[in-house]
Amino acid sequence: MKKLYMDNAAGTPMHYQVIDAIVPFLKEGFGNPSNLHQFGKLTSNAIQSARESVANLINAKVNEIIFTSSGTEANNFAIKGITAANKKKGNHIITTEIEHFSLLNPLKSLEKSGYEVTYLPVDKYGLVNPDDVRNAIKSTTILVSVMFANGEIGTIEPIKEISEIVRAKEIIFHTDAVAAAGNIPINVSNMPLDVLSMSANQFYGPTGIGALYVREGIRIQPFIEGGVQEGGRRAGTENIIGIVGMGKAAELAKTEMQQRLKHIQKLRDMLCDGLLKNISNIYINGHPTNRLPGNLSVCIEFIEGESVLLFLDMHGIAVSSGSACTSRSLKASHVIMATGVDPALAQGTVLFSIGRENTEEDVACVLEKLPSIVERLRQMSPLYSQKK
Amino acid sequence: MQYSEKVMDHFANPRNVGEIPEADGVGEVGNPACGDIMKMSIKVKDNVIVDAKFKTFGCGAAIATSSISTEMIIGKTLDEALHLTNKAVAEALGGLPPAKMHCSVLAEEAIEAAIDDYLKKTTGKGLEKKKAHAHEEHHHEPDFRPN
Ligand code: FES
Repeated sequence: MKKLYMDNAAGTPMHYQVIDAIVPFLKEGFGNPSNLHQFGKLTSNAIQSARESVANLINAKVNEIIFTSSGTEANNFAIKGITAANKKKGNHIITTEIEHFSLLNPLKSLEKSGYEVTYLPVDKYGLVNPDDVRNAIKSTTILVSVMFANGEIGTIEPIKEISEIVRAKEIIFHTDAVAAAGNIPINVSNMPLDVLSMSANQFYGPTGIGALYVREGIRIQPFIEGGVQEGGRRAGTENIIGIVGMGKAAELAKTEMQQRLKHIQKLRDMLCDGLLKNISNIYINGHPTNRLPGNLSVCIEFIEGESVLLFLDMHGIAVSSGSACTSRSLKASHVIMATGVDPALAQGTVLFSIGRENTEEDVACVLEKLPSIVERLRQMSPLYSQKK
Repeated sequence: MQYSEKVMDHFANPRNVGEIPEADGVGEVGNPACGDIMKMSIKVKDNVIVDAKFKTFGCGAAIATSSISTEMIIGKTLDEALHLTNKAVAEALGGLPPAKMHCSVLAEEAIEAAIDDYLKKTTGKGLEKKKAHAHEEHHHEPDFRPN
């Protein structure tokens, strides 16, 4: 059976050129980059050029990139580091209801220690209203954090507008760009982004490596204390393999972006049209046009997502679901719920996320298998028989 | 979290799916934890369940427990069927992941509701006392979600 991976929002397979770039370092990349000898020089040079590539991807300066262990760490770093460094100025933070848990949970902790957090709602497409951001700003606001794009429903937020509003008030703006960076163009010199999180595993780099962009002049407290790695802000001997991989992935993302966008978008549209045509009572989540190219999140009425996922997996097809049953906490996706989807319908959330390696045959395969799976599950569903 | 082979078998090839046209008892219950629904209908003859069918809106574990519990109650007396616990159902499936134990409670409750409905129809009185469900079997992973 062919293995068909359509869960790129959860993690992308490494690009073969990334693997090629990493392999020599598995053998020779052991020298501590902090040391002056040739072994240290090899790795410190490699880190420097990876940092350049990552900076280049978002048009930042080289010294504005801090490597982290993941997108999650980058988000934790941003939230905790900025609030701690700017504590004297105030204790109010603005964010949205659809952020990732790596952002929401640090904020929950901050709330317990005296910070005040405003969670902005989104509309049915998952869009944040820039006016809501403007209206939420107070004299005590020290940080606004709105994600660049949502990985679950694909919606791209009006970040330029929001960041300009925040800048005009001289407040720090952070954006979680984990789902966006490397997949759609981001240019930090085009809009006033102060801090930005990203993760290599979202653009065909390795897992276990992410980065935080911190604009020059922004005050942020160190996240891990120790040596002077990463400008003393994130100590610890560098993850050389990860960094080299992320550098290569960033370089490839930049050069291949347009071509990938075209390919992925085409497959996504094919899949979307096919699903709408072949399955009744199916609804698309997220914004119809302002969206990540490979994201196709749907709610399939009368059935539950985990059972769809299991049946697809039996056919070799890997996807995700936002249903309560799939989550360990037994709650439907907070993102889907924030867009106002009815809870029963939210149970039928299935996320197809297409990547650069997917083909038209892959799409055809999903379109061939899914309708009968849906029909089968509907035949089993008490909700479906009531409807008929 | 992985399902046992038996769970996957009952999920992929569920037994006794459907509704009995002229059922003697019908029970529909909802899962408070995740909002799923199970509907069970039974045919009773001389105090023995002679047929059972189900419809379920829920996860793989919910479908598999529905399926196997219909198998387990067919041929049983009402009293025996009432004594079927979610634990026994889970065991018959070769175990369930801890986070999915609550789905097996749904099956137990659906059987009970169907029998209750049957008794109401025939004797005008439902079950005396609903049995206490093993709610300690509800295992929730720590909640990392907001709110
Ligand atoms: S029915 Fe929701 S987790 Fe099993």
